[in-house]
Amino acid sequence: MSYTYYPGCSAKGTGRSYEESLRAVFGALGTGLDELEDWNCCGASGYPAVDVAKAVALSARNLALAEGARPGPEPVDVIAPCAGCYRALLKTERAFADGGAVAARVGGALDAAGLRYEGRARVRHPLDVLVNDVGLDRIAEAALRPLAGLRVACYYGCLLVRPYATFDDRRSPTSMERLLEAAGAEPIGWPMRTRCCGGSCYCGGPIIGALPEATLRLSHRLLEDAKRRGADAIATVCPLCQFNLEAFQDQMTRKFGEPINITVGFFTQLLGTALGLDERALGVQRMLRWRLPEPAGTQGGAHVRA
Amino acid sequence: MIDYMDHSPRVLNAMLMAGSYDDVLRSRAIWVCTGCYACTVDCPKQIPVTESIYALKRASMRAGVYPRRFITPVLARQFVRLVDRRGRSSEAWISLALYLRTRPFQLVRYAPVALRLMRRGRLPLRPDSVRKPAQLQRVFDALDATTGEDA
Repeated sequence: MSYTYYPGCSAKGTGRSYEESLRAVFGALGTGLDELEDWNCCGASGYPAVDVAKAVALSARNLALAEGARPGPEPVDVIAPCAGCYRALLKTERAFADGGAVAARVGGALDAAGLRYEGRARVRHPLDVLVNDVGLDRIAEAALRPLAGLRVACYYGCLLVRPYATFDDRRSPTSMERLLEAAGAEPIGWPMRTRCCGGSCYCGGPIIGALPEATLRLSHRLLEDAKRRGADAIATVCPLCQFNLEAFQDQMTRKFGEPINITVGFFTQLLGTALGLDERALGVQRMLRWRLPEPAGTQGGAHVRA
Repeated sequence: MIDYMDHSPRVLNAMLMAGSYDDVLRSRAIWVCTGCYACTVDCPKQIPVTESIYALKRASMRAGVYPRRFITPVLARQFVRLVDRRGRSSEAWISLALYLRTRPFQLVRYAPVALRLMRRGRLPLRPDSVRKPAQLQRVFDALDATTGEDA
């Protein structure tokens, strides 16, 4: 089984270790990922603020290319790991499925460029694929080095579950908790897991969010709460969230007093660690901070935590 | 984010009902919205709040009355320019263009983070592009040649 892979701009930049760990995990589970040839930007949240038809057209070209690369009647699953890309591509998929005026206009424009989106390409998130296609039994079986004793805060952020919840609940998602639990971790209960981190203001401009102060406050609230609930690490599904929560912890400590120093990784990096994959293959060396507690004894007895 | 808005979404709505359309388009509030869809999901009346704010952003752009020195509309414009030219975005270029245009003196403050990212191979400076820019351009040209309700 192999999937079409849509990387998006961040997977080639700040979120490089997301791509690396995703490839490593899928490889270890025997699932292929074929990068979409000549993909373009998804439109993110910047383009729809200027021109909605062109925003839809950007994503539609990607979906048309994905179908072109896999001719035939079968559906084509396009995996988009970045939550921003996921939402943008999904919005286009829905627009074409509903067949409104914008979809008709964009369909005509694609036609003028020799492209066609039939609706066979379906947008999927790797979390969905791992939980629902690969399956938790298979994950548990492959977890040679379970994350025993790792208290992880699963952070969904905004666009993976809103406005479209294709495979989980919009208010109270559980996929990531179930996945990392199968990998041996102990997910904490965390009501803030779908609150905005402020990062979507970037649109790929990551030196700091567009509204530095607001972004810093939103992110700080999340990190402080996760820390208070005893999290050892935060698992993310979006390169913008990951960057935003990881890169400005020193500024937060300076601004808000209480020191914040917590590992923020991609859920694929944590899963890959459980699968026994090499840290370099998971892009761990690219992280600005990375410290996981020693796995607690798997021989039974009390869990020892640093 | 309401703390950072000059009018809350409720007030924006009231302003629209009262006919102060122009003031709404000039407000910073619509540009503070991150587009996280929390309000859309929670609205008991299923009002598409986030999409409405996107529509107001576009109207504000079209009318050319968006706050000129405010960072998010400038970001959106720079982003669109780069994607129009190359088909892909570049995190480094967007950030640089954004700060040069809105607050150049802040660049120094964030240089250390940028350097740490570069050392880890997370901030490539060479902007990426699609291999067939002409194809994408044809799609855009075809859209420019037609008009929709909300271009």
